[in-house]
Amino acid sequence: MTHMLRTTPSTLMPNDRRGFLTLFGGAAALALAPLREAWALDANQASVLISTALGEVYQVINSGQPPARMYRDFESIFVRYADVDVIARSALGPAARQADAGALAAYTQAFQGYIGRKYGKRFREFIGSRIEVTGARPLKSFYAVTSVAYLNGRAPMEVEWHVSNKSGRDRFFNIIIEGVNMLASERAEIAAMLTTRRGDLAGLTADLQAAG
Amino acid sequence: MRPLSLAAPLALFLALAGCASKPVMQDGIRVNDPFEAQNRRVHAFNKAVDQRVIGPVARLAGDGNDGAGPGTMDLVINAGANLSLPGKVANSLLQGRPEPAIKNFFRFAVNSTLGIGGLLDPAGTDFGLPEHDTDFGETLAVWGVPEGAYLELPVLGPSTQRDAAGKVVDLVIDPLYHLLHRDAAWAAFGLRAASKAGDRARFGDTVDSVLQDSADSYAQLRLIYLMHRRHELNEGGTDIDPYAADDAIDPYAE
Repeated sequence: MTHMLRTTPSTLMPNDRRGFLTLFGGAAALALAPLREAWALDANQASVLISTALGEVYQVINSGQPPARMYRDFESIFVRYADVDVIARSALGPAARQADAGALAAYTQAFQGYIGRKYGKRFREFIGSRIEVTGARPLKSFYAVTSVAYLNGRAPMEVEWHVSNKSGRDRFFNIIIEGVNMLASERAEIAAMLTTRRGDLAGLTADLQAAG
Repeated sequence: MRPLSLAAPLALFLALAGCASKPVMQDGIRVNDPFEAQNRRVHAFNKAVDQRVIGPVARLAGDGNDGAGPGTMDLVINAGANLSLPGKVANSLLQGRPEPAIKNFFRFAVNSTLGIGGLLDPAGTDFGLPEHDTDFGETLAVWGVPEGAYLELPVLGPSTQRDAAGKVVDLVIDPLYHLLHRDAAWAAFGLRAASKAGDRARFGDTVDSVLQDSADSYAQLRLIYLMHRRHELNEGGTDIDPYAADDAIDPYAE
């Protein structure tokens, strides 16, 4: 958010030299635009992605809608800001390799609804809370956006978001709350659910539609 | 307190014996659980206790709080947590970390006096002295003792050999119990146990969702405990890169 606030005054300033630089910069950015997709996710963009997603989450939390409606809204935010395909595949583990495209798509669809409900159900804990994005740093092939969650009656919690542009768009693919990794936790959960169904993906998909 | 002084070396031995077993990678983290069968039996027991006793009692205590000002539960949690501070000061010193020791010492001094025997928390709200959590399990980690095998303890829940040893030693070295008269020491112990139960009520939804809603609550609890504890002790996070070639699944590499 902060970088948006910073650029606005410079474009309004009646300073020729700065105007020229802004234009030049703009032209350079346009010329480089095709390259951007490939390698230009930076710390600031990663932070902005998370702040924006959080802003939408809090809008839903404060909307006072019925819970079922909220869960659908959370799911839609998840779909727009997270790399759902990669999260769903990673949670499914090796079974994702053998699955055919249709079954995998149905599973992914069920998975995103399950995530929307499972994490959405916790919305009451976030009423009156705030999450501050504190920074971002490169990590492995992606960015880690750090934030602090201030929840009522609890000590502040560290929440880290892992953001990548490998899907072709900037998306987060993992949330780590005080060391507890959502992707690892969902891998364990989906693996256990798949075992209950003796490895049957269609069965798991049916169970996911009811779970969360 | 005398039987406990025998338990400490025993627990330490247990912690050290744990290094022999082989950890495996599971769901993206290192898991060392050679006692899984036994642990799962304890887990089933703990889950039943939580469902029938701790959960309902905690909910009852939680419902009694109307949300305006600190409720009875908060007072109990505060007082119990306050009594745990001298032990934390001792552990920080044993870890060679004077700063958290000094902060927790002043926190104890402020809350025991201005906070009416620890019922209130002016140190945290007005003096910027939040609790710095630590225990002898962390001290052992600082001293280089390995984590050992995963354990689920009856009633106390998830632990490791190192942390279980730490819990026993914490009872023995706690300065509070050495200063207090025996009955007072038991009262302090009871208050601290009640404080832990209060925490269970406060985080009731979180505990319920893990214990009751997971397909395999044993594996889920083990995973959460190990990840959180390693994070607390700075023993390496779990940075899963689902895009990397060395990960089991890389959809973009295919």
